[in-house]
Amino acid sequence: MALEVLQSGGLATVQDLGRFGYQRYGVSPSGAMDWYALGAANLLVKNPSEAAGLEVGLASLALTATDACLIAVTGAGFELRLQGQLRPLWTALFVQAGWTIELDKTGGGCWAYLAVAGGIQTPPLLGSRATYWRGKFGGHEGRALQAGDTLSIGATSQAGVTLAGRRIPPARRPLYGDRPTVDVILGPQAQAFTAEGLHTFLSSEYTVSATSDRMGYRLEGAPIAHVAGADIVSDGLVAGAVQIPADGQPLVMMSDRPTTGGYPKIAAVVSADLPLLTQAAPCVGRVHFREATIEAAQARYRQMMNTLQNSVEEPDW
Amino acid sequence: MTAKPWPSYWPAGDAALGVEFGQTIDPAINRQVHALARLLDQAPLPGIIETVPTYCSLLIHYDPWRLSYQEVLAWARSKTAQAESLPPVRPRCLEIPTVYGGRFGPDLVYVAQVHHLSPAEVIRLHSRADYVVYMMGFMPGFPYLGGLPLELETPRLETPRTLVPAGSVGLAGKQTGIYPLASPGGWRLIGYTPLRLFNAEADPPTLLNPGDQVRFVPIPPGALPDGA
Repeated sequence: MALEVLQSGGLATVQDLGRFGYQRYGVSPSGAMDWYALGAANLLVKNPSEAAGLEVGLASLALTATDACLIAVTGAGFELRLQGQLRPLWTALFVQAGWTIELDKTGGGCWAYLAVAGGIQTPPLLGSRATYWRGKFGGHEGRALQAGDTLSIGATSQAGVTLAGRRIPPARRPLYGDRPTVDVILGPQAQAFTAEGLHTFLSSEYTVSATSDRMGYRLEGAPIAHVAGADIVSDGLVAGAVQIPADGQPLVMMSDRPTTGGYPKIAAVVSADLPLLTQAAPCVGRVHFREATIEAAQARYRQMMNTLQNSVEEPDW
Repeated sequence: MTAKPWPSYWPAGDAALGVEFGQTIDPAINRQVHALARLLDQAPLPGIIETVPTYCSLLIHYDPWRLSYQEVLAWARSKTAQAESLPPVRPRCLEIPTVYGGRFGPDLVYVAQVHHLSPAEVIRLHSRADYVVYMMGFMPGFPYLGGLPLELETPRLETPRTLVPAGSVGLAGKQTGIYPLASPGGWRLIGYTPLRLFNAEADPPTLLNPGDQVRFVPIPPGALPDGA
């Protein structure tokens, strides 16, 4: 059973939750930009959480399936059509062999996730199917999908038709929007910034620039002042780390980030809010940062994971 | 008696903890980072995902679903104390066969001229030193090497090349290094190694490990595999 790509205008890549264990060798974790949305898509089709799906960004994608299958599309900023009919996101849907599956870019978000029951079966590299697009390895031939590509799908023991209609209601999805306020943990180099710089960071609105990508989101707004220069001895980077180079403009590390960096980091976005930030689209998104304690951040993350695990509503029939 | 500032511990977001041993590039500080990394590798705590050694600090990535910050901090403190009393470990020492100059090192002549040395003296100075792999980063398999002789410190190109071939050996500021993958780059290229520093299909995927020592060994162009 396979998916065949009919058309891809943007950045569609095979992603799972990321490639871990090799960052000390300079290998970026890659993986889905919006961990909640990919997790939700896999849950809806009863895939294991480590299954690979398609992450779709920037522009539309059209596919067809060689056999009947069960799919789900989550995330934001896209509409789904099966055989030309508009269908809901965050819902498990039965697809007949040969039907077209179209993901069309709309406003209000950035990244959509398509999971197929059985999972996308590209050869794993270093324990993961995530595409490291910049390094040209992983996923499907280390690159974005293009027309003519074929993706093998794993076998599944359950009849897809019996699972169709499972959904995740809006109350159990992140509150995506164009103007998110995201929590941050300050540091590790908060002391490299003036008190005024810290205040500016926590009270200004920053727009997501057009040059934002899977490596990092470049934000534009009131510059943040350093005490003395913008170089540190290189140290490790986390997802959501906010680097401030000499120009004072925040650069938020995303999935294809380098593993280490030499700019001071004023803060890091908390895990629970990474989905909100990643779905604040370039040119449209406007972000506010709010200081949080680690205890509060971790409690929110655990609550969010609990919500995810219990998010699926079975259909009424 | 005032408390010494290091080791210090800090959160990096809600899913990582840094253990910092200093803030300058120093082999003794870096050895402490690698000693702690080795100890943590031997007895990982469930919920610890991986550790990343850098010049002065070890970043411990963990899963906040399974571990709280306080739990990781307590564990890191006790392991750091334990690592202090471990005997030093001899690092691995690897040789990097290197063809210097000619079409393999287009900036060798420039580097020689700017330092008022002959190209042969540049080669001798570069290949006689022992280098430590302080850390890896920037791209997969890229080693940050310490120990470049002061006489060879050379600024980067003002305009980077659009393509530096994989295996290129170069200088930039106080650093020397090897490009594991073809990439744009601003380093001054003095040589080339046929060794494959990064292979995504191997596990581990890199020839070098953080903490290793390396030496560059000059070889003649004729010693390269065919097609190099």
